[in-house]
Amino acid sequence: MTDLTSLTIAEAREGLASKSFTAAELTDAHLAAIEAARVLNAYVLETPDRAREMARAADAKIAKGEGGPLAGIPLGIKDLFATRDIRTTACSKILGNFIPPYESTVTSQLWRDGAVLLGKLNNDEFAMGSSNETSCFGPVTNPWRREGSNTTLVPGGSSGGSASAVAALLCMGATATDTGGSIRQPAAFTATVGIKPTYGRCSRWGIVAFASSLDQAGPIARTTRDAAILMRSMAGHDPKDTTSVDIAVPDYEAAIGKSVKGMKIGIPKEYRLDGMPAEIEKLWSEGAQWLKAAGAELVEVSLPHTKYALPAYYIVAPAEASSNLARYDGVRYGLREPAKNIIEMYEDTRADGFGDEVRRRVLIGTYVLSAGYYDAYYLRAQKVRTLIKKDFEDCFAKGVNAILTPATPSAAFGIGEKGGADPVEMYLNDIFTVTVNMAGLPGIAVPAGKDTQGLPLGLQLIGRPFDEETLFSLGEVIERAAGRFTAPRWW
Amino acid sequence: MSVDATTVRRIAHLARIAVSDAEVPHLQGELNAMLAFVEQLSEVNIDGVEPMTSVTPMEMKKRADVVNDGEIADVIVRNAPDTADHFFLVPKVIE
Repeated sequence: MTDLTSLTIAEAREGLASKSFTAAELTDAHLAAIEAARVLNAYVLETPDRAREMARAADAKIAKGEGGPLAGIPLGIKDLFATRDIRTTACSKILGNFIPPYESTVTSQLWRDGAVLLGKLNNDEFAMGSSNETSCFGPVTNPWRREGSNTTLVPGGSSGGSASAVAALLCMGATATDTGGSIRQPAAFTATVGIKPTYGRCSRWGIVAFASSLDQAGPIARTTRDAAILMRSMAGHDPKDTTSVDIAVPDYEAAIGKSVKGMKIGIPKEYRLDGMPAEIEKLWSEGAQWLKAAGAELVEVSLPHTKYALPAYYIVAPAEASSNLARYDGVRYGLREPAKNIIEMYEDTRADGFGDEVRRRVLIGTYVLSAGYYDAYYLRAQKVRTLIKKDFEDCFAKGVNAILTPATPSAAFGIGEKGGADPVEMYLNDIFTVTVNMAGLPGIAVPAGKDTQGLPLGLQLIGRPFDEETLFSLGEVIERAAGRFTAPRWW
Repeated sequence: MSVDATTVRRIAHLARIAVSDAEVPHLQGELNAMLAFVEQLSEVNIDGVEPMTSVTPMEMKKRADVVNDGEIADVIVRNAPDTADHFFLVPKVIE
C-alpha cells in the first residue's frame, strides 16, 4: 500500500469508497506522521483520541453508505477556530487554557460532513504576523529548505501551522484564516493551495476575531481540487454571523477542469514593483502565458490605489483589533494577573498576556481611534478603502473575469530574518494580498514554480465577488502547467 | 505625525496595557515607524469619497428579538479565573 498520507483528499475519498483502506487506517497513518514531525512545531495540540473516535464513526457511516462528502478525511484546524471541549488559544498566552463550550460554524460543518480532527495548528498570535514567529508556542518550521542548506525557514503566516502541516503531509487539508494574506502567503511559501473566499462566504462565528471587516476563513490543501472540496463544506450562510451572505454554495469541485477559454485575465501594472526579483517577474509572465495557452485573453489593467492598500490596512486592521481584543481583561476567561485594584489587574493581565506584535497593534489601533485622531487616520483609511474597492469594480466592469498577480514579493525567509528592527519590513510581505481583503474579494494562491534556491513560489488570482469558481478553474490551469511540488522529507 | 513618550504612556493606559518606563522609548520608535508608513495616505485625494462601512453590498439580516439560548450559567463561568455562585469575581471596585 502506498503511504496513505501522500494521497490527495480526492484520492482518499475514492480509496475509502472502494474499501482499499479504512478511515481508521488513514487517521492512524496521519497520527504517526504528526508524531514523527514534532520538530516542525506545526501542531500546538494533538487530539489522537478524538481523531480515532471520529474515524471509527466515519467508517461505520461509510459501511452503511451514509458517509458525508468528507467522511474519514483527517484535517488539521487552525487554533483560531473554537473547538468544543478542545483547548483553543489563538496561540496567545492571554487565552491560557481556554476550553470553548461551543464549536465554530465552519468546523461544525466539516464534522457534519464526516471529517476527522487531528489536532489544533499553530498560528501567529491572534493571526497577527506573516511568519508564524509571534505564536506563544514558538515558531513553525517550513518543511521546505533552500537547496544545499539546512537553514530553518518560516512557513509564512499567520496560518503557518496549517501550511506547514499540509505541505509536510501531516493532514490532508487544514482550515486557515486570512485578514491580510494569512492563507495565501503561507500557501505560496509551502507550495500548497490556499483560497480566501469572498468576505461573507464563510461564517466567522466561533473564530477568534482579529479585524472583523477583513477576516475570512478558507482552506489550505495540496491541490486546487482538494481546496474546492473543503471550500464547499466550509462555506454557507449562518444566522449567527450577520455578515455571512445568504446565497447558495456552488459545487466548487465542478469548476475544476472547466474551460477558461475566452476569459479575460487582468494583469495589473501597479503590481510590477521597483526592484522586484527577476524570478518573480518571470513566474508571473509564465503564469500569464499558461492561461493564454488555455484560451484566456490577457489584458493590462490599472488598479491605481494599490500602493495605498497596505498603509490603509495598517490603520483599519489594528483599529478593529484594538476593539476586538478589549474583551481579554482577565475576568471571564483566560489569564489573570492578580493586582490590588481592577485597573491594575486589567493592565498587568494584558501586559503579561499579549506578545510584542499584538501589543504594538493594539496600541496603534487605540491611537488611531482616539479623540482628535479618528478623522485623520481611521476615517481617511476607510475612504481610501472605498477607492481601492472601486479600482477593482472598474476593472471587472470592463469584462475582466480575474486578475493575475504574484502571491508574495519573495520566497520563504529564515526565522528571525525580518522585522527585527522595523515592523514595517515584515508587513511588506502582504503587499500583493492585502488589497483583496480591503476590497472583500476572493483570492487564491497556487504553486507555480521555484526560485533559484529551490524554494516554492506562488501566483495569486483575484476574482469577482462570490465567483470563487472561476478562481478554481483558472488555478487548476496553472497547477496543471506548473506541476505539483513536494518538500523532500528531512525531519 | 509622530508620538512622544507622554502620548505612548497615555495610549497604553487607554488600551489598559501596563508599560514600564524602560519600554517606552522602544515602543515610541515602533509606533512612529508605523505612523511614518501610513503617512503616505495623506497624498490621496479623498474629496467626496464615502468611507467604507460594509465591503459587501448587502442588507444586514435582522433576527427576531427573542430569547433563544440560556440557562447555561455553569458553562458561561467555566473558563473564568475566579467565580462564586455564578458570579465573576474581580478585585474590589467600590469602597
